[in-house]
Amino acid sequence: MRKLFLFISMFIIWLFMTWPFSPLKVQDLVTGVIVSILVVLFIGKGQQESKKITEFKRYWWAIVYIPVLVYRMIVANLDVLYRVLHPDMPIRPGIVKIKTKLQSRLARALLCNSITLTPGTLSVDIVGDSIYVHWINVRDVSQAQATEMIAGGFERILKRIFE
Amino acid sequence: MIQVYFWVLLICCFLCIYRIGRGPTPPDRAVAIDLLGTVVVGFSALFTLVSNSDFYMNVAISWTLLSFMGSIAIAKYLEAKSFDE
Amino acid sequence: MIYVIGMIFISIGIFFDLAGCIGLVRLPDVYNRLQSATKCVTLGTCSILFGIFLITGFSPSGLKAILCLVFVLLTSPTGAHALARGAYKYGVRLWDKSVKDDYSEVFKQQEGLQDVENDDTP
Repeated sequence: MRKLFLFISMFIIWLFMTWPFSPLKVQDLVTGVIVSILVVLFIGKGQQESKKITEFKRYWWAIVYIPVLVYRMIVANLDVLYRVLHPDMPIRPGIVKIKTKLQSRLARALLCNSITLTPGTLSVDIVGDSIYVHWINVRDVSQAQATEMIAGGFERILKRIFE
Repeated sequence: MIQVYFWVLLICCFLCIYRIGRGPTPPDRAVAIDLLGTVVVGFSALFTLVSNSDFYMNVAISWTLLSFMGSIAIAKYLEAKSFDE
Repeated sequence: MIYVIGMIFISIGIFFDLAGCIGLVRLPDVYNRLQSATKCVTLGTCSILFGIFLITGFSPSGLKAILCLVFVLLTSPTGAHALARGAYKYGVRLWDKSVKDDYSEVFKQQEGLQDVENDDTP
């Protein structure tokens, strides 16, 4: 089931690459099928993580996730723009440690990417349960408050998508 | 109008090259190379508007993936470098 | 009309690209430079690609622009994360005026363990 899902997504990417398909370009489609099958055979034997691939609530939350991410990205850019173009450069950099409750590896990777794209934060490393985050404007708050400020919203949505 | 965009992107490339030449440490240079890759993706994507063919978009896609692999390789190299000491 | 909207997106993207590169030159250390580099240039390039998609529509170059947008959005933060970790392990310290460094405790623990092992083996 998971391999079939992977094969379909690979093949859709291939169709995007060779978009104007006509009946004369059958060789393109055949090459795409062969390459997709090879790729699935090579990388498809990871551990079985997501069990409910046909549950539609997950896709709904995934669609909700995208506008939230885009909004936070635009805020992040205006924030960095202000700090870069200001003559005094008002930055207080530092590395802080936050905790995550997510278990799935894909969810953690997506959380780290989202943290990197949101205002003033850049994920540096994951050790066990804790993510080390470089923060361009460190505020004097406790670890729980920092976790809520940096990763709060994303963690809730990702928990609904993956767990 | 598009001419102005190309000139601005060229200025971006020169700023990156300045950091590559100046950068005090090797990670600075690696960051600048990564950034240069992303700017060049935008550059070659803009070429599709001028040239009316999708060839440069293929260049952009492959440049994205290759620049990502290059960054990962440089990062792994930097990480392993500290174990020699 | 759609052409004008696309050109506005492209203009915003170019402006963010320029700001990211200025940040790369102005900011004081590797991590802050990565901040400006990742955020501004990722959104800038994505905005350029989205503008091209709006102008060209569902043509080959428009669909490839969407594909390239997804790739940039996925690969750029991952590369920045790898570079930050590599820079820290290479030995680049934080800027002098940095406030806090929680990450150094990981290396203190590892060095402590290594010292103990060295003591045990005469």
